Amino acid sequence: MKALCWFGTNDVRVENVPEPRILNARDAIVRISLTAICGSDLHLYDGFIPTMRRGDILGHEFMGEVVELGAENAKLELGDRVVVPFTISCGRCFFCERDLWSLCDNSNPNAWMAEKVYGASPSGLFGYSHMMGGYPGGQAEYARVPFADVGPIKIPDHLTDEQVLFISDIFPTGYMAAENCAMTPGDTIAVWGCGPVGQFAIKSAWMLGAGRVIAIDREPERLAMAAAHGKAEILNFDQVDVFHALKDMTGGRGPDACIDAVGLEAHGSGTWDAVYDKIKTTTFLATDRLSVLRQAIHACRKGGTVSIPGVYGGFLDKVPLGAAFNKGLTLRMGQTHVQRYLPVLLEKIDRGEIDPSFVITHRIKLEDAPQAYETFKNKQDDCIKVVVKP
Amino acid sequence: MDYMELQFPDDTRDAAVASGRNISDVERWTSLAAGAAMAAYGLSKRRGTGWMLAALGGMLLQRGYSGHCNVYHAMGVNTAGARSDTRRALGGSAGIVVDESVTINRPIEELYHFWRNLENLPRFMRHLESVERVTDTLSRWRAKGPAGTTVEWNAEIINEVRNQVIGWKSIEGSDVVSAGSVNFDDAGVGRGTHVRVRLQYSPPGGKLGAAFAKLFGRDAATEIREDLRRFKQLVETGEIARNH
Repeated sequence: MKALCWFGTNDVRVENVPEPRILNARDAIVRISLTAICGSDLHLYDGFIPTMRRGDILGHEFMGEVVELGAENAKLELGDRVVVPFTISCGRCFFCERDLWSLCDNSNPNAWMAEKVYGASPSGLFGYSHMMGGYPGGQAEYARVPFADVGPIKIPDHLTDEQVLFISDIFPTGYMAAENCAMTPGDTIAVWGCGPVGQFAIKSAWMLGAGRVIAIDREPERLAMAAAHGKAEILNFDQVDVFHALKDMTGGRGPDACIDAVGLEAHGSGTWDAVYDKIKTTTFLATDRLSVLRQAIHACRKGGTVSIPGVYGGFLDKVPLGAAFNKGLTLRMGQTHVQRYLPVLLEKIDRGEIDPSFVITHRIKLEDAPQAYETFKNKQDDCIKVVVKP
Repeated sequence: MDYMELQFPDDTRDAAVASGRNISDVERWTSLAAGAAMAAYGLSKRRGTGWMLAALGGMLLQRGYSGHCNVYHAMGVNTAGARSDTRRALGGSAGIVVDESVTINRPIEELYHFWRNLENLPRFMRHLESVERVTDTLSRWRAKGPAGTTVEWNAEIINEVRNQVIGWKSIEGSDVVSAGSVNFDDAGVGRGTHVRVRLQYSPPGGKLGAAFAKLFGRDAATEIREDLRRFKQLVETGEIARNH
């Protein structure tokens, strides 16, 4: 089959690879009907995530038809149309039982690698490095889905692929980011990063009772989408000083909660700390660029919450923990517990409360995926979200 | 908590030691095999690391041929003539000690029962080829050893408290001298079971072999930790996570 494979920094190729097969009794094989490139795939493309190997199949947002089942998968049937969560979870461990699906104890065959770096291993993820399980991803014609009696959710026929694909990752990720803000009605929420996760965080903030949503980015098309679809007030960080602007907009108090939907490759805008991060990561003296996180902590009101859906990987330099401590902030973060949100969000889509396909700007074939990574990375052609038909 | 303590008094070595030999027969043969393999591989490389491996291989060959290990000599370790007696083999500094724990989201009774049925162990212990029940307390074990070898030993259950602890030791005529215990403790309501494995063994290839194994990331503690992880996966989910 054809699959998009990682070969190194800025080097992905469509290759012919063997088709996946059933390895365990709870597995399913899915013929992929639609998949997507995620902003977090760019961290792999940019070489920020360790333990990638040449030939690894990327992709963790996918859906399709069940074409093969393991002997003990009693939940699915051949022909079922399913969306697959990007987190792989067994459903039976301490963490799955507590609804903490992305912390599953049993789904990472390379848990020892993550334990060396993080002290304990999160769940396995599709197509996201060997440290996260070394599972082949979904930017391919077929994928093997472990614990398929727990993760995949069946989709009613009347909903289109484009409407439901994003409950695999970015919609629940944005939703959890908003939920983590622990809002009281009328709260002001500031969202850094108007990529797809940021867009869904904005939408979700309204759903959960925000009184005001402020979106921060510098790409005009992304800010425009946040204003048009997200009904957010917008700030272009190339044009204004974000900290002072947020203070001004909130009567000097700061936003009640701040969402960092950017993560470890923040660009900053020529501020001293962004330049410092750039130099240190370029010279391998640091692992993450975190100017957004610093700004979010700095701007957040006393007693507020900083919610972090953006991915971080390593040991962060110059984290203003003093500000977080002295302002009594709550920091909430982590990979999304996708399974927790699947039924809720599917129902919202079914009831017509939201049509997640609004973020799609590019529809391509798998053959064109390498070019699409480049376009997406450089935010050319007003690219916000790429979906791929294998 | 009710652990089986494994303490052996320091022991004087027997007559074989006086002859200048300070490594056991099993260890001699393992050294010869590993030395030859390493030397051949190293020489075929003809590069910096290859030469280094070849030199190490040569040292192992010499060690196996003479039955005397300079490194052991310097460390004050002696494994000669100590093979048949568990207490001698594991006494003092001679043994490798492993102590690893895992919390498993299943009831004690189920885990104890699964483990007590020793034939189950090769399902999650990667290096075990088979465990064969001889009597209720005696069993025959086969495992993959270093450098493609197979090692065998007979074990006897010497301590058994239902739903709490199983303790065992190897008996005479074994390639590997070992003793160990597995404890099962209630982790609290809704929190499953703590499983703790303690193992003490005198490795084939001796401490030097164990040091080499560690160099290549396969030390005993890691292996047992990974075995326990697979045990947990198997009993919690019914399968062992695989990515290929």
